[in-house]
Amino acid sequence: MNIELFIQLGYVVAAGLFIFGLKMLGSPDTARRGNGISAIGMLVAIVAALLDQGIVQYEFILGGMIVGGAIGAIAARTVAMTSMPEMVALFNGVGGAASGLVGIAALSIADSSFTYITIILSILIGGVTFTGSLVAYGKLSETIGSGALTFSGQKFVNALIVIGIVASAVMFVMDPSNTNMLYTVVGLSLVFGIMVVIPIGGADMPVVISLLNSYSGLAACAAGFAVDNNVLIVAGSLVGASGIILTQIMCKAMNRSLSNVLFSGFASVSTTVTEVEGEIKPISVEDAYYVLEAATNVAIIPGYGMAVAQAQHVVKELMELLEANGCEVNYGIHPVAGRMPGHMNVLLAEADVPYDQLLEMDDINPRMETVDVAIVIGANDVVNPAAREVESSPIYGMPVINVADARTVFVLKRSMASGFAGIENPLFYKDNARMLFGDAKESIGGLVREFS
Amino acid sequence: MDVFSYLLFILMLSVFLGFELINKVPATLHTPLMSGANAISGITVVGAVALAGSGNADLAQWFGAGAVALASINVVGGYMVTDRMLGFFKKKEG
Repeated sequence: MNIELFIQLGYVVAAGLFIFGLKMLGSPDTARRGNGISAIGMLVAIVAALLDQGIVQYEFILGGMIVGGAIGAIAARTVAMTSMPEMVALFNGVGGAASGLVGIAALSIADSSFTYITIILSILIGGVTFTGSLVAYGKLSETIGSGALTFSGQKFVNALIVIGIVASAVMFVMDPSNTNMLYTVVGLSLVFGIMVVIPIGGADMPVVISLLNSYSGLAACAAGFAVDNNVLIVAGSLVGASGIILTQIMCKAMNRSLSNVLFSGFASVSTTVTEVEGEIKPISVEDAYYVLEAATNVAIIPGYGMAVAQAQHVVKELMELLEANGCEVNYGIHPVAGRMPGHMNVLLAEADVPYDQLLEMDDINPRMETVDVAIVIGANDVVNPAAREVESSPIYGMPVINVADARTVFVLKRSMASGFAGIENPLFYKDNARMLFGDAKESIGGLVREFS
Repeated sequence: MDVFSYLLFILMLSVFLGFELINKVPATLHTPLMSGANAISGITVVGAVALAGSGNADLAQWFGAGAVALASINVVGGYMVTDRMLGFFKKKEG
């Protein structure tokens, strides 16, 4: 059997293992094995690639693999679960950069216009993914401000960049010896990645991360065209498709279109004033304890504030005490709660909360009327009844968790400042709402002490 | 059939397959799905090794080696962190 056929068969096996692994990721019972199967697929693909007879020198390959593998392993072992969003952003960016570099390196073997086009595509998508992810990383880790950065003429500048990219790309493909055009594409792609992400605010990050995830796959896919490799195309498009689906889910959960998220921050609508009737009713930890002690059904609705306060472990303690007291406890997780898809689920899973108690929005809402106490921890916009009741509200139409249907609502909140979107929350003024002010971790810690 | 249309054919089929597979993933697994998918996008290492080891054109070799390093971060880091996360997911006992 000749070696080329053997390599191709290896790629087929690898692609099959990726598909099978992704399928097993669809259920919590099999997900871990699925990830392992996908990793075996990757190993098969890499071994097959190393058999390539065009490879005459292994030093560069081994050096790269050892350095990269060590960095990846250390990062994966040491990262805290609360830092997962920025970690995923960083990994996306690294993947994009890798595909962009493959594109540049493939110039040495390029021989047709078609190849040059695919090389340009992989550089473009890879570059945008790289710098876009770095900006997302900065925003998520708060090393740069997490707010939306907009300036007048932003759309105009972006349009100019796009025109510049297209023009220099076309000129490069027509005359590949003109490397200045290539450098222009590289530079503009990197700038464009920054420009696309800076106008997007922290609360919209779930959309951006999903989209960049998709781009990192598409970049690999483009690189696959550039080097004529089908396993890159299969794997890259699987990742691309998965990122696009997550992006769609996130947009739907915010009742906004993708272009609305990408091109207009909430800033333009924050002037809307909603008149809210009623008054804020604070509650002490002690009184909250008496209410919880009598409750038989409690729903906990976490938001980004729970991640910031690192309150997930103490929340789990409270849950155990409530359950020991004969109370049923469930969690209601909004799809865009936190900074990335599934952020809350990972945090609570780390705190040993069984995943079958983490209910999706559509499952918890019908049950809300039977809930004695709904505890909102560091969530705001995702429980804002204005989304259902106030037509003039900028978030009107967004699906929310209907905590106001519960008999009593406790809202754990640092202060009365409005949520990320800068929208007044009528929930706090409802008759059955009680505000428990202070750091979420300390408030819940106080409740735990009352119980024990 | 030339290479181009054959590759496009693969692209089309895999995109549809990807949509079908991912649509069924529950919200609770979205983060591990994302980091697991990200690890798969490190497949670009396969394209990079051939270029890094080609032994010709210095610049291509260096870029290829850089791509191998970056993609290896993706592959190793992505799979390990996904595994770590999925280790946390437990069902209620009893």
